[in-house]
Amino acid sequence: MRVTAPDFSQLRLDGVSRRFGSQDALTGLDLTIQAGEFIALLGPSGCGKSTALNCLAGLLPLTAGSIWQDERRVDTLPPERRGFGMVFQNYALFPHMSVRANVAFGLRMRRLPRDEIRRRTTEAIRLVHLEEHADKLPGQLSGGQQQRVAIARAVVLEPSLVLMDEPLSNLDAKLRLEMRTEIRRLHQSLGLTTVYVTHDQEEALSLADRLVVLRAGRVQQIGSPQTLHTRPANWHVADFMGYRNLWPMRAQSAQGALVEVEADGFRLVGDPVGDIAPGEAVMAGVRPEDVRVDDPGEAATNTMPAEIEVVEYQGRELAAEARTAAGIRVHLRTDRRVAPGDMVALIIDPQRLLIFPNDSDEQPSGPLVDEVGTRLEEPGLVG
Amino acid sequence: MSVTTPPAATTRPSQSPRVHWRHRLAERGVDGQLWLLAPAVLFVVLLFLYPFFYGLGLSFQPTEGGPFSDYARFFGDAYQRGTIWTTLGLALPAALLNVLASVPIAYRMRGRFRGKRLVTILLVVPITLGTVLTAQGLLNFLGPTGWFNRVLLALHLTDEPVRLVHNYWGVFFSLIITGFPFAFLLVLSYLSGIDPTLERAAATLGAGWWQRFRAVTLPLLMPGLATTFCLTFVLAFSVFPSAVLVGNPAGETRVISIAAYQAAYEQYDYPYASAIAMVMGFIELVIISVVLLARTRLYTGSSGGKG
Ligand SMILES: Nc1ncnc2c1ncn2[C@@H]1O[C@H](COP(=O)(O)OP(=O)(O)O)[C@@H](O)[C@H]1O
Ligand SMILES: [Mg+2]
Repeated sequence: MRVTAPDFSQLRLDGVSRRFGSQDALTGLDLTIQAGEFIALLGPSGCGKSTALNCLAGLLPLTAGSIWQDERRVDTLPPERRGFGMVFQNYALFPHMSVRANVAFGLRMRRLPRDEIRRRTTEAIRLVHLEEHADKLPGQLSGGQQQRVAIARAVVLEPSLVLMDEPLSNLDAKLRLEMRTEIRRLHQSLGLTTVYVTHDQEEALSLADRLVVLRAGRVQQIGSPQTLHTRPANWHVADFMGYRNLWPMRAQSAQGALVEVEADGFRLVGDPVGDIAPGEAVMAGVRPEDVRVDDPGEAATNTMPAEIEVVEYQGRELAAEARTAAGIRVHLRTDRRVAPGDMVALIIDPQRLLIFPNDSDEQPSGPLVDEVGTRLEEPGLVG
Repeated sequence: MSVTTPPAATTRPSQSPRVHWRHRLAERGVDGQLWLLAPAVLFVVLLFLYPFFYGLGLSFQPTEGGPFSDYARFFGDAYQRGTIWTTLGLALPAALLNVLASVPIAYRMRGRFRGKRLVTILLVVPITLGTVLTAQGLLNFLGPTGWFNRVLLALHLTDEPVRLVHNYWGVFFSLIITGFPFAFLLVLSYLSGIDPTLERAAATLGAGWWQRFRAVTLPLLMPGLATTFCLTFVLAFSVFPSAVLVGNPAGETRVISIAAYQAAYEQYDYPYASAIAMVMGFIELVIISVVLLARTRLYTGSSGGKG
């Protein structure tokens, strides 16, 4: 299959919104997609990702907003006239048609000449390595093979935009990795503009040029994988991007570009995201891999004595859970051979501890402090 | 195990074949739950198989002549033989129309929409009416002085009342009214068994609504339509009350069940009536076999509307 010269330069979503009854599934999505870009829509289940994708595909009418392909308005077109390919989570292969007929379906609908249909179908099937299975019915294929058929069926039309709704979520871990590489390879070799929906942050980070993080139907942040990884815009995004440690605290005072925060006499210094005034409620977040483990020793900035409680073996590294003297639970990753009961010092680089404004009463996804757990007596944390 | 404990040495060899035997049966679905079928089996034997074989036996014991002479009598008499064509002429078109009319309505009624329950109730209500009430309604509505003809006359669309009852059409309408709800409910449930994302996928591949229906939904629905056809055909083929009440039982709607009735309850010739009933059953069997044989050539796997 040849690399398609995109027949448009950008796709613009302008305040795209969708309500179901009184519930806003998607609110004011503004996004400009450049031709050839790989965009990932990322967010927890129920945040409106599929709604956004179905609105793009034309399978759901918008309640407000518009979609433009350069100067052409497309949100008023029915799905069959948009020319966007779509890959569904449950594959949605036609069960009564062979692999070949499934792939040829879109070409047949376009009434292309018979030998062109044959040629392009064969080529697309070869592209996804299913030559030996071309005459089987979908029910005779494994999940991974079925998803390959679904991808071939969508890309054989050389669509100006490919939409994928959690295409790998029904596959097992190993296959998911393989298919991820395959999708990336297809995107690079065909230059397809892609919008990819997933709830798996790792998948999104590894595939996409740009990520759009949604929460409760609203865009939280749009940015490159790097930006999202290192500087989430708020603690909800951080929570989703792997900041497993999120502690509700209170801002104390500015220290140069940094800010000092406190909870129950426990003090830390971190890097503020946005404006933070003293006295404000904040959420302090750090990734498990940015928590350093050392032998217990001198009190120093951002150093907390703690006891290791749970250890999970994860190959080269260990994932562990520790409890500080103040009773706060810390998730960490380390290559030190720690064991439950070990007393250690946890050190966090102030640059890696992000301090977010905490505007809501919501709790992060993981529990912070064990409610029934007894706090250790000594409140003295060094600051 | 309820086996009394024999000496340990002999326990093993005697138990292992027993376990294997149970496993083998379980593999084929033979286990204790099979007893749940017992009431149904008893019911079928008492109310269907016994009368059937009794009638079959009776049909070969005519009051005079050899074992096949009642069959010969039926097929030798053009007046009797003709009832087969009369019945097929009513039942086949009626069943076909019921199925064909159900498809677009059920197709439109998939999914959720406001007032769906009301529409379904309206479409299904005739089931509760029964044949006699339907016939009564037809006579009042379509009869020579019924509303329908009065409207036609008032609009000067016709000079004399159109005859729509006490002939072929009266019975035909009655078969539609009583058969359609069955066909509709069946087709609706078959349609609901088809994954709606398939049509969405087809739409994103450029198929318009007719192409989506023609290439995706219809092939998956066909096995269900075949089954539905068979059921409504059987209902229509055994038409009796409406053939008498809104038909012309001496002439153009003298269906085969009337012939059997007359043999049994006017001539008191039970063997002859049994023979006619057997012919009736055989014809139904032939039609159903043809349809189901054609059905095996269709795709009947998952996400098709089963069937
Ligand atoms: N057809 C529908 N009717 C009513 N509510 C819906 C419908 N589809 C989605 N929703 C609601 O919209 C929200 C977003 O759904 P969805 O876009 O499917 O989320 P996800 O991000 O998991 O794909 C959810 O709260 C869901 O309950
Ligand atoms: Mg979804």
